[in-house]
Amino acid sequence: MPTATARLDVDALLADPSIRIVVCCGAGGVGKTTTAAALGVRAAERHGRRTVVLTIDPARRLAQSLGLTELDNTPRQVKGIDTDSSGGELHAMMLDMKRTFDEVVQAHTDPARAQEIFANPFYQAMSSTFSGTQEYMAMEKLGQLRSRDEWDLIVVDTPPSRSALDFLDAPARLSRFLDGRMLRLLMAPARAGGRSMFNLVTASFGVFSRVVQKVIGAQLLTDLSGFVAALDSMFGGFRQRAERTYQVLQDRETAFLLVAAPEPDAVREAQYFAERLVAERMPLAGLVLNRVHSTTLDLDAAASLAAADALDAAGDQAVTADALRVHAALVRQTEREAQVAQRFTAAFPAVPTVPVTAQPADIHDVDGLRTIGDALAA
Amino acid sequence: MGSEEQHEQWPARLHVVTGKGGTGKTTVAAALALALARGGRRTLLVEVEGRQGIAQLFGTDPLPYEERRIATTPDGGEVRALAVDPEEALLEYLDMFYRLGAAGRALRKLGAIDFATTIAPGLRDVLLTGKVKEATTRSVNGRRAYHAVVLDAPPTGRIGRFLNVTTETARLAKVGPIKSQSEGVAALLRSPMTAVHVVTLLEEMPVQESADAIGELTALGIGIGKVIVNGARPPLLASRGRVTKQELKRGLAAAGLPADAGSVAALQAEAQAHLTRRELEESLRTELAELGRPMIELPQLADGVDAAALRTLADRLAGRG
Ligand SMILES: Nc1ncnc2c1ncn2[C@@H]1O[C@H](COP(=O)(O)OP(=O)(O)OP(=O)(O)O)[C@@H](O)[C@H]1O
Ligand SMILES: Nc1ncnc2c1ncn2[C@@H]1O[C@H](COP(=O)(O)OP(=O)(O)OP(=O)(O)O)[C@@H](O)[C@H]1O
Ligand SMILES: [Mg+2]
Ligand SMILES: [Mg+2]
Repeated sequence: MPTATARLDVDALLADPSIRIVVCCGAGGVGKTTTAAALGVRAAERHGRRTVVLTIDPARRLAQSLGLTELDNTPRQVKGIDTDSSGGELHAMMLDMKRTFDEVVQAHTDPARAQEIFANPFYQAMSSTFSGTQEYMAMEKLGQLRSRDEWDLIVVDTPPSRSALDFLDAPARLSRFLDGRMLRLLMAPARAGGRSMFNLVTASFGVFSRVVQKVIGAQLLTDLSGFVAALDSMFGGFRQRAERTYQVLQDRETAFLLVAAPEPDAVREAQYFAERLVAERMPLAGLVLNRVHSTTLDLDAAASLAAADALDAAGDQAVTADALRVHAALVRQTEREAQVAQRFTAAFPAVPTVPVTAQPADIHDVDGLRTIGDALAA
Repeated sequence: MGSEEQHEQWPARLHVVTGKGGTGKTTVAAALALALARGGRRTLLVEVEGRQGIAQLFGTDPLPYEERRIATTPDGGEVRALAVDPEEALLEYLDMFYRLGAAGRALRKLGAIDFATTIAPGLRDVLLTGKVKEATTRSVNGRRAYHAVVLDAPPTGRIGRFLNVTTETARLAKVGPIKSQSEGVAALLRSPMTAVHVVTLLEEMPVQESADAIGELTALGIGIGKVIVNGARPPLLASRGRVTKQELKRGLAAAGLPADAGSVAALQAEAQAHLTRRELEESLRTELAELGRPMIELPQLADGVDAAALRTLADRLAGRG
């Protein structure tokens, strides 16, 4: 048997009724949103599944063609897809991080408390800008969609971040932050001359909190402690929810698809992520190598360039000469990409892979998504 | 590049390089620092995101919080590099005003500094930009320490907030050193001494984000320098709408290559895909040109970015090659 790794069977995955969640992860800009949307279209059209796609910051034109113009943070049915014969449905939504955060607060506290939290400037900053909030809220939304038990299949896109790992790490970072331990420590007065073996540390804290008050302002610290105190009561709920969603991600009903571009950095990232999924016992279903180039003309780069130069020297076949140069560049690129892909395969021989051809233009409509879907399932 | 010419092309003293993630900010910032060091000058290349992108690019050990020589030019120019660490910058800053000493180091171990800069992201940004300002305006024996400072900045999505230090720190202390620090930084960023260059690829999302960022920064009163199109490909099949099978068949035959129907069709499909791509790139180029900023194109280098490649890119930025 050849040593090549198994090919990822996307149709089998989408058709499998025991798979309820597909998470598309990967480094920034590799094609997570496109892949998620393409999988959604295919699951609904070909496999008759009642599907919802949770997208995050989709490109404008793609959002428009999915009908994602209402920002109401709930799924809307996508028109213009063909589910007559399959009986499936496609719904799509775009994550509104601030609104999702608001919903969590509302779910865990009384209206008066909620208003107090919403008015806190620190909450306002944090719910819209803290790095990690988006990841946390994506998980929260996934938890909500799943608990309603309305969907055969939930396809989840993940936030643009430098590293795919952020999706897994951010919720923990946020909850560590929210539990306020550091803040209490920071605001505690120094016990000068105390008997603690951490004398220097406690004394430092005294100096430090005074300095911090001066530097960042007493008002900010007051707002912050108000915020932390208000959240304290609901914090347990916060953490529990995040933990529950984390467990769902470890369940067999979930399949992670790792999307990567065939470039050295991206594939290195993909390796870290794959290792991490294994360590977390999260099911990695396969690798989508997106925007791969290929050629069907059997002519190597050197020969192609030599022929182009010869044609130019002879003088009257400029178009073919250029076409041959285009071909040579393509061959070189496919060779580089193959080498890079090989590195991942060597590191993870058990992970099934599928290449998706780079389309000449961006993908912004349902037709384009079908093309990607076909490539994914080829 | 002659010094006059260089000054005309890159008049600023602080060059902030932004762009969508992965478009080549670090690469372009390094090439620019190299280009501006020519003629026996000294430049400083700064990164602020704690990613050690400069060390990776130059293949060196991780950079400490310290200005270190990282490259030289044949005519005696020198590029130094600095990875500004927000925690170190905060400690340095506190030391300057409050003399924390060893206590500060102890706090760092506890993660307290990280916490303080996290609860107030504006604080972190003003510390980072404050350090950049200090290097830009520093003089040694009455002469500028650096001819130019090049900042490998956060991506387009965050650049507005990062550079808009006064608004972001308005929520912080109303008086005291932080306030005067952020006002000083804001004044430098809004002066002709600073230019923000936007790196993009000829792809839809990076171009969109470039346009958004330029709009945002302009509204903030921060000056835009150049739009730098990275990874541009040679204009093969220029001015062609389509390529016919007949001409390819003739051409392949003339080159003594197989000219069977399959080969011709395959070559035609590749040429046609290339033309589709070119057409899209052309319209994106037009969109970029409409932003009204000077544009420079840097070629896509086949074998990745090494020292020689950086020199090639620096040549282009210097208006040569
Ligand atoms: N196979 C493909 N061929 C051509 N273009 C593609 C392909 N896949 C994705 N693209 C294009 O690449 C761009 C980035 O894709 P996408 O938005 O899906 O990436 P992402 O991983 O979600 O990015 P981010 O990390 O910013 O969220 C889009 O313009 C998309 O149309
Ligand atoms: N002109 C070029 N030709 C070929 N490869 C390039 C070119 N410019 C950049 N690259 C490569 O593209 C990749 C991304 O470049 P770089 O790291 O400079 O981008 P960046 O914008 O700093 O990314 P990030 O947002 O992750 O910081 C690197 O692998 C780099 O070597
Ligand atoms: Mg996306
Ligand atoms: Mg970088």
